[in-house]
Amino acid sequence: MKILYHIDQLRQIYQGRTVLDVTELSIRQGEILAVVGPSGAGKSTLLRLLAFLEPPTEGKIVFKDHEFTSLISEMPLALRRRVTLVFQRPLLINTSVRANVAYGLRLRGERDHSFRVEQALREVGMEKMANVRSRTLSGGEIQRTALARAIVLQPEVLLLDEPTANLDPYNVRLIEDLIQRLNLQHGMTIVLVTHNIFQARRLAHRTALLLDGKLVEVAETGRFFENPTDSRTRAFIQGEWVC
Amino acid sequence: MDAQLGEIILLSLRVSATALFFSSLCGIPAGILLGLNRFPGKRLVIILIYTGMGFPPVVIGLLVYFLLSQQSPLSALPFLPALFTPEAMILAQIILAFPLVAGFTMTAVQAVDPALRLQVMALGATRAQAALAVLRQAKNGVIAAIVAGFGGIISEVGAVMMVGGNIEGRTRVLTTAIILETRQGNFQTALALGLVLLGIAFVINALLFVLQERWQDA
Repeated sequence: MKILYHIDQLRQIYQGRTVLDVTELSIRQGEILAVVGPSGAGKSTLLRLLAFLEPPTEGKIVFKDHEFTSLISEMPLALRRRVTLVFQRPLLINTSVRANVAYGLRLRGERDHSFRVEQALREVGMEKMANVRSRTLSGGEIQRTALARAIVLQPEVLLLDEPTANLDPYNVRLIEDLIQRLNLQHGMTIVLVTHNIFQARRLAHRTALLLDGKLVEVAETGRFFENPTDSRTRAFIQGEWVC
Repeated sequence: MDAQLGEIILLSLRVSATALFFSSLCGIPAGILLGLNRFPGKRLVIILIYTGMGFPPVVIGLLVYFLLSQQSPLSALPFLPALFTPEAMILAQIILAFPLVAGFTMTAVQAVDPALRLQVMALGATRAQAALAVLRQAKNGVIAAIVAGFGGIISEVGAVMMVGGNIEGRTRVLTTAIILETRQGNFQTALALGLVLLGIAFVINALLFVLQERWQDA
């Protein structure tokens, strides 16, 4: 498998506090990589860096032969637009679901987008709610709209930050099915940050454990759960307190 | 008096509207810049803007007077207007309204959830598009900033009196005319002018309020 991202000696420091310190990590094209870990482990920071939303304090991220370092405040727009991040708490614009889904396309200056928008709405099961105003949506519907808003852009990489946190089993199932479909049918590379180790096991090809900003272990999902090499991974899987 | 009154009203509107236009043109982007970015000296700039928001108009008038007077080394600059002209009054009012517009815009932008900008960027927005998205969310606050700027200059008398000189037919506006009429003992005329000023302020603020409501529903 081709390497899409390569992370090298990456450190992210906020006000003197190191929140992420990853020596090396490669993300393969077309894989689903789950990143698990307790709250505050640096998972969301990692996603923001992979989305090129903030430059790293130290080290580099190589994406398609382009380096992203502290010296480069912004990646070229064309490259940045190949990656889309869905946040844990998505913010929607106070307008219709359809307009929200079309938002990223409008940012790209694409006018004739109705077919793609309808298709994305169908993918997340929101086609009947296209004209509903976003402020009336439930948590699950907001998450699905945010997912439609991301997948309509047909990104090469989809970064998902806790996409099913606090959702009911129906919405969890719907989103998990969508993640698998996007990966299988469109070959989309997906990095999934989740607290839910069962979800990581169900969806990911590889799983990584982040603890206190450091990458403890990354392995094929089967091996990660059945035969982890690090005792902290074993403890985390078994639901024990690890630090 | 009717023709004179019309002239005074028109000049008042022209001076304040032009000043509001230019102070908004500079103040809104400045407020966005301050609200969204970190840079060395930002705190000092904010303190200066807050100070400007409460600056006595008569002191602004004094500064502009010196700037435009023959004693000032800058008075020869070609783009600076002459003293005792409507343009000098506009300049003074721009300086008065700018900190109000910039300061309130900054506060409105800062009140928008910072995650919005990141999320819009994550959807592929350029920096300008992201700033525009934040501005859209902050639009009510931005209109309030414009209202504050308008309120600060339409009723202002010290600066326009000082740099305009209250010259009949040239630089006399509603506020300076009210003072003159009061001094001359023409209380009824002064009161009528005051009511006209109040009416103008009411109509313009009502228009801005309607605009705010329409944007809210959009």
